Amino acid sequence: MTSRPGSGVATVRAELVASRVVGAYQHLTLLAPEVADLARPGQFVALAVGGPTSATLLRRCFSIHRVTPDAREGGSGSGTVELVVADAGPGSRWLTQVPVQGEVDLIGPLGKPFPLPTEAVGCVLVGGGYGSAPLFWLAELLRERGCGVEIVLGAASRDRLFGAPQTSDDERASHGVTVTTDDGSQGVKGWVSDVLPEVMARADAQVVYACGPMAMLRSVSELAAAHGAVAQVAVEEAMACGVGVCMTCVMPVRSSDGTTKMVRSCVEGPTFRGDRVRWDAFVDGHAVVPADAVGAPVAAGGGGH
Amino acid sequence: MVSMTVDLAGARLPNPLMTASGCAANGRELHRFFDVADLGAFVTKSVMLGARSGRGTPRMAETPSGMLNSIGLQGPGIDAFVDDDLAWLASVGARSLVSIAGSDSEEFAEVARRLRDSSSFGSVAGVEVNISCPNVANRGLVFACDPGSSSAVVSLVRSQLPAEVPIFAKLSPDVTDLVTIASACLEAGADGLTMVNTLLGMSIDIDTMRPHLGGVTGGLSGPAIRPVAVRAIWQVRSAMLTGRLPVAPIIGVGGVRTGHDALELVAAGASAVQVGTSTFNDPTAPVRVLRELEQLLEDKGIVAFTDVVGAAHPS
Ligand SMILES: Cc1cc2nc3c(=O)[nH]c(=O)nc-3n(C[C@H](O)[C@H](O)[C@H](O)COP(=O)(O)OP(=O)(O)OC[C@H]3O[C@@H](n4cnc5c(N)ncnc54)[C@H](O)[C@@H]3O)c2cc1C
Ligand SMILES: Cc1cc2nc3c(=O)[nH]c(=O)nc-3n(C[C@H](O)[C@H](O)[C@H](O)COP(=O)(O)O)c2cc1C
Ligand code: FES
Repeated sequence: MTSRPGSGVATVRAELVASRVVGAYQHLTLLAPEVADLARPGQFVALAVGGPTSATLLRRCFSIHRVTPDAREGGSGSGTVELVVADAGPGSRWLTQVPVQGEVDLIGPLGKPFPLPTEAVGCVLVGGGYGSAPLFWLAELLRERGCGVEIVLGAASRDRLFGAPQTSDDERASHGVTVTTDDGSQGVKGWVSDVLPEVMARADAQVVYACGPMAMLRSVSELAAAHGAVAQVAVEEAMACGVGVCMTCVMPVRSSDGTTKMVRSCVEGPTFRGDRVRWDAFVDGHAVVPADAVGAPVAAGGGGH
Repeated sequence: MVSMTVDLAGARLPNPLMTASGCAANGRELHRFFDVADLGAFVTKSVMLGARSGRGTPRMAETPSGMLNSIGLQGPGIDAFVDDDLAWLASVGARSLVSIAGSDSEEFAEVARRLRDSSSFGSVAGVEVNISCPNVANRGLVFACDPGSSSAVVSLVRSQLPAEVPIFAKLSPDVTDLVTIASACLEAGADGLTMVNTLLGMSIDIDTMRPHLGGVTGGLSGPAIRPVAVRAIWQVRSAMLTGRLPVAPIIGVGGVRTGHDALELVAAGASAVQVGTSTFNDPTAPVRVLRELEQLLEDKGIVAFTDVVGAAHPS
């Protein structure tokens, strides 16, 4: 597989150079210099699962946790891409079991990165579960621009937190990180939305970045709006292709002209401004087509595939 | 060097490989991975008259060696399509096989008329008529399941387009007698046939005990349906060889992932091959399959692609 020069995306057979368990997740490091050089926080990769003759055809998408770009001029071939993978089903389990030195077929970087503020403003980064994976890399870039950064990490339980301080030493070093768990096994017992207003006030937040489950993204968007901050959220819609050709990954998003369209989250997202997403159209995590969306079915049905 | 050129009812193509409608968007996305002008033809997503939002989510369910989709023919409408997408395909030198759809036969005809009147019509190698959608005027019965509805659509579309632009009726395999439908389409003026569209399928989420797809039922595609495509092509080609149907080119589609798979459809009687769902696994699949097919023919000592079309039929 190849892709065209200048296309901004690479297709590679990447060697797995490290794979380790982190809490409930598997942290994978893949040798993929072409992807590492192009990627920005908020983007993702699409991985083939099950080997070349697999009956599992659809790729699996994962946020890029961080990259280590190629060090030398012209590329030494040492750039890596890191992912944090939860065992959610057969495809992701296969990935967590790839042996070190094994190869994984990877396309990336895909999607739009998180937009960065042009001025040094206060930022709050909110991650739910493995959703925190891309946030630390984002935090580094924001700090380089002089932004103040606070991080809120939430999960159901301690083992499902990613990137949270593990020891009391860690905790002293990780100034600016607030942790919540549903069961109280680490940090504040409760949801990220319980602590977010206080953290936004403390950080004087003008931008709130979030990545995690849909319900969390919705509440973060609402709280950010109430605080007068812009929310930038990274969504996770089921994707069959990841590259913009199948139309499976759509969600209702309001554009700047006020019209709602069913847009592809793989190419127009996965990062969206929280106030543009039509959260009212989501029922149990799935989007129905809002009646006022462009081209919405006028009668029941709407047929065809 | 194997000669890969084909003539599909007057559309002369440098090779027989195409994308499949709805599995390649309208070109720009795949152009990041390969030059879409390298294909015999680029088959566009079925376009209807107005903009359509498609269905709610989830729109797909993975199945063994395939998937179900219920997209609902989302698209920008014919006017935006010709101004934006078709003009772009023309600008990169791609030959387009434009897929059109409608809720009734008049809508098909109007879409064809606007396509014909568009400034990029010169880049159109042919028109594929997707009759596998429900006919609002006929109790929601899928056009391609009824010879009368299929024939009405094909003849109206044919009347809107210049004779030198071939039209291909895209058939559904979900019928009792495919030859009857093929016959109705060819008699109504179709220059060729595309076979097959997706099979109607369904999946149930056993956690919620509800249908998995937002659209309840969906179209099954991918390697799992390849034997159905081979059978459909074989049946229709046989009917042509025995004089029950006029001879016309067949474009094969359904489950092609490799050059071997493509050759199977060709041997059954396909003069061109589309690659659909496999593109989701490998965005370069349509051109990779072309290379693999070419190599396979060369290894077999075949000099021209057209020599193997229908080769599996008794001579
Ligand atoms: C942009 C994006 C970024 C993501 N980032 C991460 C990440 O950093 N870490 C991580 O562990 N997971 C991430 N996910 C979710 C991950 O893609 C799914 O958990 C994974 O595809 C499940 O595949 P499976 O074979 O294990 O499960 P199955 O249930 O067998 O999958 C069946 C199908 O449904 C899709 N699917 C299932 N669950 C999800 C889901 N939650 N989201 C989207 N599609 C799903 C699969 O891709 C597959 O096509 C991300 C998803 C997207 C779209
Ligand atoms: C996501 C998706 C969308 C599709 N959309 C269309 C469409 O708009 N028009 C059409 O004629 N066929 C459509 N098809 C059917 C394909 O063109 C093709 O006939 C079918 O998928 C079988 O080929 P495959 O197994 O190679 O995918 C679609 C298929 C899929 C998977
Ligand atoms: S996943 Fe195919 S279009 Fe987005």
